[in-house]
Amino acid sequence: MDTRVNTNTPERAKIAVRDLNFYYGGFHALKRINLELPEKKVTAFIGPSGCGKSTLLRTFNRMFELYPEQRAEGEILLDGENILNNKLDVSLIRAKVGMVFQKPTPFPMSIYDNIAFGVKLFESLSRVEMDERVEWALKKAALWNEVKDKLDQSGSGLSGGQQQRLCIARGIAIKPEVLLLDEPCSALDPISTGKIEELIQELKSDYTVVIVTHNMQQAARCSDYTAYMYLGDLIEFGPTSELFTKPKRKDTEDYITGRFG
Amino acid sequence: MSLANLDAGRMAHHRRRKAVNAVALALALGAMAFGVFWLIWILLETVRLGLGGLALSVFTEMTPPPQAETGGLANAIFGSLMMVTLATLIGTPIGIMAGVYLAEYGKDNLLGRVTRFLNDILLSAPSIVIGLFIYATVVARSKTFSGFAGVLALALIVIPVVINTTQNMLNLIPNALREAAYALGTPKWKVISAITLKSVRAGVLTGILLAVARISGETAPLLFTALSNQFWTSNLGEPMASLPVTIFKFAMSPYENWQKLAWAGVFLITMGVLLLNVAARVFLRNKH
Repeated sequence: MDTRVNTNTPERAKIAVRDLNFYYGGFHALKRINLELPEKKVTAFIGPSGCGKSTLLRTFNRMFELYPEQRAEGEILLDGENILNNKLDVSLIRAKVGMVFQKPTPFPMSIYDNIAFGVKLFESLSRVEMDERVEWALKKAALWNEVKDKLDQSGSGLSGGQQQRLCIARGIAIKPEVLLLDEPCSALDPISTGKIEELIQELKSDYTVVIVTHNMQQAARCSDYTAYMYLGDLIEFGPTSELFTKPKRKDTEDYITGRFG
Repeated sequence: MSLANLDAGRMAHHRRRKAVNAVALALALGAMAFGVFWLIWILLETVRLGLGGLALSVFTEMTPPPQAETGGLANAIFGSLMMVTLATLIGTPIGIMAGVYLAEYGKDNLLGRVTRFLNDILLSAPSIVIGLFIYATVVARSKTFSGFAGVLALALIVIPVVINTTQNMLNLIPNALREAAYALGTPKWKVISAITLKSVRAGVLTGILLAVARISGETAPLLFTALSNQFWTSNLGEPMASLPVTIFKFAMSPYENWQKLAWAGVFLITMGVLLLNVAARVFLRNKH
């Protein structure tokens, strides 16, 4: 199968969405989405509330399956393999595709165990190896220096921004290939937001990052590609620099210039 | 409307609001004072009359015959401790598992809805009904009152309380926490055992303590099941003494030594329940 992205994105596609339709019960939330997300780049989904950007993100790890009334039709190819195929084990997909949510969600356990929890699901590491993995993940998430002396303390004692970085560390500790960020900064103050944005820049050297954001400046600052969605349609997709400076569609221009939305 | 008029209107409105506030506050304080008054009186009477009867012999000697010189509540205290402990040990795991089912698996299906409905009925069933039920199903068939029947009756009171607390606590957990666990590829049983149930352990423990407090004072379900016993026994196949039934028997009697022991028993139960409630609150506070 051809996994090359179309003309304006010369990179290899990590995730390719083909004719994806999504339904909440009878409501048609995503309408024939076709999209290719380049590998080891940051792609941002923008658009007004209810446009389907979070819904689209939640199909990439089959999160929607938790809710019986939600269903997806079409194909989502991860490295060419259709993850909507029910024969694929959802745990293995989620090991490859990590996710960080809008609100920080530390587990009710120590900082160390928050990281180790996911790793233990997939690997049997020795104590030393696990120590190394925890340190590696926390360093990767730029949190190590702030928590290295209190790894045995509860994760919920950290500040909101630290908790969110803990959640990112938890996600990357199981060594995924794709990282989905669902409005990861919307509950954070500007300084924490800045730290997470810096982190996103560093993460893209190893991971394919997809971020949903309400904040257009954030999309412009930290993404390589941007998809603009509206009412369940993908209106425009392209390199962030082009989409924000010379959008091809009038709708996109209206939205990013603030005339609407 | 002129500015002056607007101002006068606001002042009138403000005065009315203050008056309403004062009345509401007075009513609320009155209601609280009424409740606290009786509660404190009960506690004072319990302490006054209970402390009088309290002696070391209460813990070391068996329930005496009428008008005896000595005697205590040792067999009743032991019987209560044994039956309450066993009923809690039986009722707690069943209650937690059923609560987990209702909150995590049976939210919308028929079994879940029916179980929830039945549990609500069981929760508000008068305890004498449960006592009679065990009498009819266990005591009448085995042809003997027994500590075992008492344990079953008490467990039937514990179960709905624990189910309800577990279920309500789990329903309070934000779905985001569950999603975050699933997003790591965690299987459902592990999400429940390691994440959600762990987050609510303080709440569930509080529910258990409250259930224990409740059954420690229950008399009706034991009257028809464990009955009572003058002697020390740890044999669950025999009738077994308990504090509430002994109090019931002794307090109603015309014998002074029995009445004294009844008050000592009341004091012990009240203090036990009070301690459990305080413990429950401390656990809940530590959670936050």
